[in-house]
Amino acid sequence: MNFTLHVWRQKNARDKGRMETYRAHDITPDMSFLEMLDVVNEELVEKGTEPIHFDHDCREGICGACSLVINGIPHGGKKGCTTCELRMRNFKDGDEIYVEPFRAKALPVVKDLMVDRSALDRIMQAGGFVSVSTGAVPDGNAIPVPKAVADKAMDAAACIGCGACIAACKNASAMLFVAAKVSHLVHLPQGQVERERRVRNMVAQMDKEGFGNCTNYYECEAVCPKSISVEVIAKMNREYLKALTKPVK
Amino acid sequence: MKLESRVPSGPLAEKWDKHRFEMKLVNPANKRKYTAIVVGTGLAGGSAAASLAELGYNVKAFCFQDSARRAHSIGAQGGINAAKNYQNDGDSIWRLFYDTIKGGDFRSREGNVYRLAQVSNNIIDQCVAQGVPFARDYGGTLDNRSFGGAQVSRTFYARGQTGQQLLLGAYAALNRQIGRGQVEMHPRTEMLDLVLIDGHAKGIVVRNLATGKIESHAADAVVLATGGYGRVFNLSTMGLGCNVTAAYRAYKRGALFANPCFTQIHPTCIPHTGEFQSKLTLMSESLRNDGRIWVPKKKGETRPPSQIPEDERDYYLERKYPSFGNLAPRDISSRSAKEVCDEGRGVGPTGYGVYLDFSDAIKRLGKNIIEQRYGNLFEMYHLITDEDPYEVPMRIYPASHYTMGGLWVDYNLMSNIPGLHVIGEANFSDHGANRLGASALMQGLADGYFILPYTISDYFARVGAKNISTDREEFRAAEKEVKDRVKKLMAVNGKQTAESFHKRLGIIMWEYCGMARNEAGLKKALELIPALREEFWSDVKVLGEAGDMNQTLERAGRVADFLEFAEIFAYDALNREESCGAHFREEYQTGEGEALRNDKKFAYVAAWEYKGVGQKPGLHKEELEFENVELATRSYK
Repeated sequence: MNFTLHVWRQKNARDKGRMETYRAHDITPDMSFLEMLDVVNEELVEKGTEPIHFDHDCREGICGACSLVINGIPHGGKKGCTTCELRMRNFKDGDEIYVEPFRAKALPVVKDLMVDRSALDRIMQAGGFVSVSTGAVPDGNAIPVPKAVADKAMDAAACIGCGACIAACKNASAMLFVAAKVSHLVHLPQGQVERERRVRNMVAQMDKEGFGNCTNYYECEAVCPKSISVEVIAKMNREYLKALTKPVK
Repeated sequence: MKLESRVPSGPLAEKWDKHRFEMKLVNPANKRKYTAIVVGTGLAGGSAAASLAELGYNVKAFCFQDSARRAHSIGAQGGINAAKNYQNDGDSIWRLFYDTIKGGDFRSREGNVYRLAQVSNNIIDQCVAQGVPFARDYGGTLDNRSFGGAQVSRTFYARGQTGQQLLLGAYAALNRQIGRGQVEMHPRTEMLDLVLIDGHAKGIVVRNLATGKIESHAADAVVLATGGYGRVFNLSTMGLGCNVTAAYRAYKRGALFANPCFTQIHPTCIPHTGEFQSKLTLMSESLRNDGRIWVPKKKGETRPPSQIPEDERDYYLERKYPSFGNLAPRDISSRSAKEVCDEGRGVGPTGYGVYLDFSDAIKRLGKNIIEQRYGNLFEMYHLITDEDPYEVPMRIYPASHYTMGGLWVDYNLMSNIPGLHVIGEANFSDHGANRLGASALMQGLADGYFILPYTISDYFARVGAKNISTDREEFRAAEKEVKDRVKKLMAVNGKQTAESFHKRLGIIMWEYCGMARNEAGLKKALELIPALREEFWSDVKVLGEAGDMNQTLERAGRVADFLEFAEIFAYDALNREESCGAHFREEYQTGEGEALRNDKKFAYVAAWEYKGVGQKPGLHKEELEFENVELATRSYK
C-alpha cells in the first residue's frame, strides 16, 4: 500500500509549525499506524531530514503515550483503539492522511506531534489518590466490595491518560479524564474518606490548567480508546455539587 | 572482590525479622537531611519513591517517559502472586517460596526468595487500600486464578490490566508525595551516568530529553529501578523505550552485572509478521488456562486448522507434560514451540507459530464465559491480526519478555558500589534462571514498598548525611564525558540509522543467544557483535541537534549501549556450561531433551566486572547455598 501523508512539523514550542507532505511506500496492511510512520522516518533519516517526532512506548494500547489526530480524529476513529493499535488495513491504498498533534491550550506542542501533557499529572497530584501510606493498612479482604461495584470502579480506572478526550472536545475539556479518576475512587469504600476534598481539588486544578468545561457533546466518549462512558462525568458533577454544599475539612 | 550476599544467619522464616531489627534506623527528625535519587517510575521505582517520601526523606524521581504513569510495568496483563491462601487450596508462604525457587531452577538465593514470599501478602493489602480495583467474587472478597504453572490459585488480577492498575496505584501514591513537595519529579529525563564520590554512589548525570540539556543531580544514595534489557533482542514484548543504558552506565562505573544470560522468552505472543514490525504483542499467559496448544502432526501442513482432524493434531504440551499440560512453565513451553516449528510443523505464513485453540473451552463453558475471562485479549488479538479467535485458533510464538539477570545486589538490594541500590527487574535477585508468571509485579512492589525503605535507611544511618554539591569535580568530569559521547555520536555522520543497527543486533542475539544456545553459536556472536559495534561507530547517522528534543539521538545512545552490553550477555551464556531454567545450552540436555543442570559446577551467581569496551569482563562468583530446599530436578511431567 502507498499513502500521501500531510504531517504537522514544528521544531519546538517556540516555532510556528506547518504541514509537510511525505509519501509512505510499500506499507503492508498488518503494520500499525506508528510502524508506518517508522518506515517514513527511516527514509527521512536516510535522506537527511530530521524524522517526525511522536510520543510512543508500549505499542499495545496500554501506556497512553501515543496520541496523534488522524484525519481529524484523535487515535484515528476506530472504536476502542489507540493509534499504536490502529492497523493500516483500516485505510485504502492511495489514501491521503492528515496527521496532527492533539490540540488544546493546556497541552502545548513540544515538537512535531508530541505534546506536553504534564497538566494531567498535576491534576492527579492535586487529589487523584487515597491518602494511605505504605504499611498501615487492613487485610485485603477486610472490607468486602460487591462485584458490581468493583467492576464499575474498574471500568473507570481503565483510563490510560492519553488525552484523546481533550483533543476531541470542542471546549478542550478534560472532564472525562478527571471524572474517570473521581468515579473510580468514589465507587470504592477506600475512596470515601476523601471524596469531597478529592473532587474539589481535582476540579480546581483542572480549571487552573486552562481546560474547558463539558457541554455534553460526547466526543470524548466516542474517541476514548478504553471506551470510558460519559456517565462518569455525570457522577463527577454530582460529587462536585455535593462537595460544595459541605464545609471544607 | 569477595561478593557478600549479607543474607542474615538463622532460620529461614526469621531472617527478615531478625535483619529488620539489626538494621540501623534514622531518627525521624533527621530524615529530612537525606536525599535519595530514584531512576525509573515503574512498579519498583514508583513505589520506592513514594514510600521513601512518606518516611520523610527527600526524593528526586526520574523517568524518560512524558509521565511517571507510562513505565512498562503497565504492560503486565495477567496478575500478581501472593501467598494469602484465600482459596483454601493449600497455599502458604513456604509453598510460594518453594515454587519460586524451583521455578527459577535453583539459581536464586533462599533468603531473598523467602522474604519475597513473606511480603507478598502485604502488597495485596497495600494495593487494595490504595483503591486498586482487583477482581472480586460475588461475596465481595478478592478473586484469584491459577496462573503460569502454579497448582494453587494465588494470582490476584484486575481484568487483563493488572500491571496498569498496580502501576496507577503506585503512581497515585507518588503523586500524593509530589503534591506535598516531598518528591521532585523529572519526567522526560534520561540518566546517562552515575557519579561516585569516594567510592559511594552520590549522584547522576542526566539529559533533559525535552531541551537536550545535560544536568547533574546529587543525593545521599541512588536507586536504579530502570527495568530489564530485553530489547537487546530488538523485537520483544517490552515498550520501545525500554533500554539498558542506566544499568550499563552503572556497570561501567564498577557495578557488577549478574547472570545477564538469564532472559525469559514468553511463550504466548502474537507471531512476527514482517521486517518493519516494531514489537511483539504479548497475549496473557492466562489464556493457557483454557486454550489448548497444538500443531499439525504432519510437516508442511497447508489445510486450515478447522479441517485438520483431531487425530492429526499434536497437542505437544499435553503429550509431553501430562500433569501440567498447557500450563507448563514459560521456558519449557517456549522451547517446545521452537522445537515443533524447527521440525517444520509450525503454522501461519512464516511457519513460526503454533495454535492456541479455544474451541474445546467454548464448547465446555460457552462463549459467554470465555468472553468474560478473556474478552479484552480476544479483541486485542482480533484488532492486530484481523482474525477472530472465537472462530479460528489464535496463532502464538515465543518472544523476549523479561530479564531475570541484572545488576548484582546483596540482601539489602545494594550493589557492590555502596549507596547504589537496584530494585525490580533491573536487579538480578529473586527469579533465578526463570521467572514464574505473576511474579514480576510481586517482586517490583516488594522491593519498592517493603524492602528498600528499610535497607536504604540502614545505609543512610551508617554513612550519615553528606549534603553533596554538584559543583564537585566528580560531577564536572562525568558531565564532560556524557557531553563528549553525545558529540561523538552526532559527529559520525554515516549512512545507516540507529534503528537498522538495533535490528541487526536483534537478529544476532535471537539467532545465537535466544531460546537455545551452543558454544559455536555464542562464539560466533562474540565475533559478530564487536564487528557490528565498530560499523555503528563508523557509519551511524544521527540528525538534529544535541541541544534540543531529539529522538534519533536518544535511540542511538541506547543502541550504542546495547551493542556493548550484548557482549557480556554472550560471555555469560558461554561461561555457563549447563542448562537451567531459561538458559538452554544444547550441549547439556537429557536424553529426552530436558535441561540438564550442573549443580556441582554452576550453583553460583555469575557477576561480571567491566574491564573495558571489547575486553572480556571479569567473572566473580557468589556461591549459592541451599540449607532448606533440596536441589531437585525440575519435572513438570
